[in-house]
Amino acid sequence: MQTQNRPLSPHLQVYKFPLTAITSIMHRISGVALSVGTLLLIYWLTAAAAGPEQYERAQGVLGSFLGQLVLFAFTYALFYHLCNGIRHLFWDAGKGFEIETSEKTGYAAIGIAAALTVLVWIIAYAAGGA
Amino acid sequence: MALRTPIKIARGLGSAKDGVHHWWIQRVTAVALIPLTIWFAFSLATYAGADYATVRAWIGSPLPAVLLILLIAMTFHHAQLGLQVVIEDYVTAKGVQLAALILVKFLAALLALVGIFAVLRIAFGG
Repeated sequence: MQTQNRPLSPHLQVYKFPLTAITSIMHRISGVALSVGTLLLIYWLTAAAAGPEQYERAQGVLGSFLGQLVLFAFTYALFYHLCNGIRHLFWDAGKGFEIETSEKTGYAAIGIAAALTVLVWIIAYAAGGA
Repeated sequence: MALRTPIKIARGLGSAKDGVHHWWIQRVTAVALIPLTIWFAFSLATYAGADYATVRAWIGSPLPAVLLILLIAMTFHHAQLGLQVVIEDYVTAKGVQLAALILVKFLAALLALVGIFAVLRIAFGG
């Protein structure tokens, strides 16, 4: 019985996920992360509404190293979910299902999201620091 | 003997014209969020170094205030629709699933209203 060199069926630990699978689960993960991250938006808005001291404190928290790190990740998650969401809208219209196209748009979503994230942060720093 | 007709059992489960309601509203809010999100991210970046009075004046001026309220409403509506699907997919225990769904919907409504109220408070100088 020659069974040694046969290809193995996909197994979770050795299976290389295709890009389309990664972008798909990343859409969900970023969506959940953004939902949690909305707390930051509400925190910032209520602080701005509460008064100067509260706003200063919120700016201190969000502007700290850890705060900026979280905001940077939030920015990327936001732009990724947005770009990949546009990809989903095209799929909803029945377009872009070919493997080659969906891989291209997958890379585009990842890349454009990164570019937009960097651009927003360059503007933020140029405008006087986050 | 079951008194419910098959149509009664099937109603609300996908046909009867509102089967795509959830799907459709998720798309509508998604489309609305494309320009709103881009506007908000880039506006916020330009106000990164601004002082309290400047930021307050920006949030409270008519167009930003209206767009912010729209952004908050669309964001939380879209988020709770998305979270609903995630919960329905991964939380299999019926009781826990129901509790999680209700919690998410309540929290989304609460946070959205808190955010909108904050914007209005700034806009009307309360």
